[in-house]
Amino acid sequence: MGSTLAEKLWERHLVRSAPGEPDLIYIDMHLIHEVTSPQAFDGLRLAGRRVRRPELTLATEDHNVPTTDIFAPIADPVSRIQVETLRSNCAEFGVALYSMGHSEQGIVHVIGPQLGITQPGMTLVCGDSHTSTHGAFGALAFGIGTSQVEHVLATQTLPLERPRTMAVTVEGELQPGVTPKDLILALIAQVGTGGGQGYMVEYRGAAFRQMSMEGRMTVCNMSIEWGARAGLIAPDQTTFDYLRGRPHAPTGADWDAAVQDWTGLVTDPDAEFDAEVTLDAADISPFVTWGTNPGQGVPLSGRVPDPAEFATESERVSAEKALSYMGLTAGTPVRDIKVDTVFVGSCTNGRIEDLRATADVLRGRKVADGVRMLVVPGSMRVREQAEREGLDVVFTEAGAQWRQAGCSMCLGMNPDQLAAGERSASTSNRNFEGRQGKGGRTHLVSPLVAAATAITGHLASPADL
Amino acid sequence: MDKFTVHTGRAVPLRRSNVDTDQIIPAVYLKRVTRTGFADGLFQAWRASEADFVLNQQRYAGASVLVAGPDFGTGSSREHAVWALWDYGFRVVISSRFADIFRGNSLKAGLLTVVLPEKTVQRLLDDISDDPRIEVTIDLLERQVRWPGEVHGFELDDYTRWRLLEGLDDIALTLRDTAAIDSYEQARPSWLPVAPSR
Ligand code: SF4
Repeated sequence: MGSTLAEKLWERHLVRSAPGEPDLIYIDMHLIHEVTSPQAFDGLRLAGRRVRRPELTLATEDHNVPTTDIFAPIADPVSRIQVETLRSNCAEFGVALYSMGHSEQGIVHVIGPQLGITQPGMTLVCGDSHTSTHGAFGALAFGIGTSQVEHVLATQTLPLERPRTMAVTVEGELQPGVTPKDLILALIAQVGTGGGQGYMVEYRGAAFRQMSMEGRMTVCNMSIEWGARAGLIAPDQTTFDYLRGRPHAPTGADWDAAVQDWTGLVTDPDAEFDAEVTLDAADISPFVTWGTNPGQGVPLSGRVPDPAEFATESERVSAEKALSYMGLTAGTPVRDIKVDTVFVGSCTNGRIEDLRATADVLRGRKVADGVRMLVVPGSMRVREQAEREGLDVVFTEAGAQWRQAGCSMCLGMNPDQLAAGERSASTSNRNFEGRQGKGGRTHLVSPLVAAATAITGHLASPADL
Repeated sequence: MDKFTVHTGRAVPLRRSNVDTDQIIPAVYLKRVTRTGFADGLFQAWRASEADFVLNQQRYAGASVLVAGPDFGTGSSREHAVWALWDYGFRVVISSRFADIFRGNSLKAGLLTVVLPEKTVQRLLDDISDDPRIEVTIDLLERQVRWPGEVHGFELDDYTRWRLLEGLDDIALTLRDTAAIDSYEQARPSWLPVAPSR
C-alpha cells in the first residue's frame, strides 16, 4: 500500500522512532511571535540552554502591534512588554526579527510564504494555531504550545504522536463570486468544529487544483477551526510559480533539484486515508456565520436558524446561547443583518489577492454611512504592493481606513477592537465571544462579502449591489 | 527539572469538583512574559472573595500537596496553571480524575498528579480537614500514597515514572538523542531555507 502525502512528510522528518514512544520529528523552520514565545525563552534561560539553530528560526511582531502610528511607543503596557521582550530575547539568542516598521514585518503566516521561507516538503511550526496556513505549499505545518516552542528552540525537533490522515475532496469548480473562504466556511458548517480532531487533512480535487496559492492558504488557515492538526495541499505548478524568485526560494541548480523533489510530493494512488469527506464545489455559495463558532454558518441567502431545528441537545443549547450573544432572532434573513464595522485583513484574508478583490468591489463606490471599514494588509510587503497598484486610493476614496500591517481586529489584543454590542463582518477566522473585543459580535465572511457589506451596511454579496 | 522520588508534606483540602484552569489561574495573568512568579494568581478569584477559602487559612500555610475533588484542571490548556501551582509550592495534586491536557502538562513539568479512587480521596480530604498537621507521603518509587493509618497504591506508566525519577523534562530527554539529530541534519537537502542573518 502506498503512502499519503502527510505520511511521506512525516517519514522524511523522522529523527528517531521507537515502539511505545512518540516519534522525534525534525523541524525545518520555526516561526515565532511576541505572544507565545516569552516563556519559552525564559525556560531556556532558567535551564541554561541555547537555541540550537537560530538560523532556522524567524520572529515577527504581529498580534499586539498598533496599525496606525507604528513609530510611537505602544500605549498598552502589556502589549509593549511582550513586544520588548521579544526584541530582547531575539537579540540575546541570535534570532532574526522583523520589528514594526521593518519592510518585511507582518503577520507570521503571511510573511513566511511571501519570503519563500515556506516551501513544499518542509516541517514548519509556530506557537500559533493558524500555522496550518503554510500547509498550502505541501508542507507539514502546525501550531504548537509554548513548552513545545521551547523544545523546538532547544532541539530543533519535537516528540509527537503521528496523527491519522483524512482526505477532503472537493470536485468541480467554484461558481463565480464564490471564494475559497466560502468553501472552508461551508465545509466547517458541514463537518462541525470538531470534525477534524486528530487528523492531518489533505485537501484534494479539482477545486483546489484551480485555486491560487492565496486561496489555498485561506483554506489551510482555517483547518484548525474544524479541529484538524494540519491541513495541506499537494504542491503543483501553481505552487512552483508562486515560489520562483522569492527571496528565500532556491535558485539555479538547487531550484531544479527542489522542483524535481517537490513534484514527487503527492499521495500515492493506492494510499488509504483514515477518513474521507467529499464536497461538490458547484453546491457552494457565499457563506457567512451567524453564531459564535466558525461552524455556525449558513449561505448568505439563508436565514438565522431556529435552535429548535438542531438535532442534538448540545447543539440546541449552543445555538440559543449564540443567538442571545449575537443579538439575533431566529428566522431573520441573513441579508437583513446590519453591521457597524467591516474588517478586511488577518492571516486568513489579508494577502494581496484579498485586497484586490475588496478593491474591485469598492471601486467607485462608498462605504455606507455609519459603517467603519478597516482594511489591514497582512504584511508591509502586501501594503507596499497594494499601494503600487493604487488600491489604497480605492479604499480611502470609498471611505475605508487603510492601515499598517498586523493582526489588527482579528483579535482583541491591540487597539483595533469592537466595542461591546458592535457587530462586524470580518474576513478573519474566529467569531468566538469577545474575540474582536469584549461583547463584540462577529460574522465571518469572504473579502467579497465584506466589501459588499461595507457598501450596503448589511450582510451582502457583490451580486446584490 | 527536579527529580521526584519521595515527597512528604502537609496537604490542603480543596473540596471542589471541576476546577478549571481559569479558576486555577485567571486569564489576566497570562499576559506575563516570565515562567515564574504566578503564585499570586493561583485561585486568585477565590482567595480574593472568600475569607475562609482554604488557601486563606493560616493552618494550611506551607502545605505542598493539594487534594481536590474530581475533574481537576478542565478548560483551556494553559500551562500557566501548572506553573502557578508549582510556584505556590505545590509538588503534588491528588484527585480522583484530572483533565487529560492538564495532567499531561503537569507531568511534563514535574508536578506529580496522582489519581486515587474517589472514596480514598474523600477519606484523605476528611483527614486533613480534621487535622491540618497530618503529613502525606507520595512515594513514586513504590507508587504509593501514605498518611497515618493509610497506604494506597496509585498507577503511573513506567515511562513517565522513570522520567520523573530521573528529573528529565522533554528537552533533556531529546538532548540525549543529539547524535541522531546531528546525523539527520547532515542529510538535509541544501536548498532548504534559512532565516536572514541577524
Ligand atoms: S491574524 Fe488572527 S489568526 Fe492570524 S495570527 Fe494574527 S491573531 Fe492569529
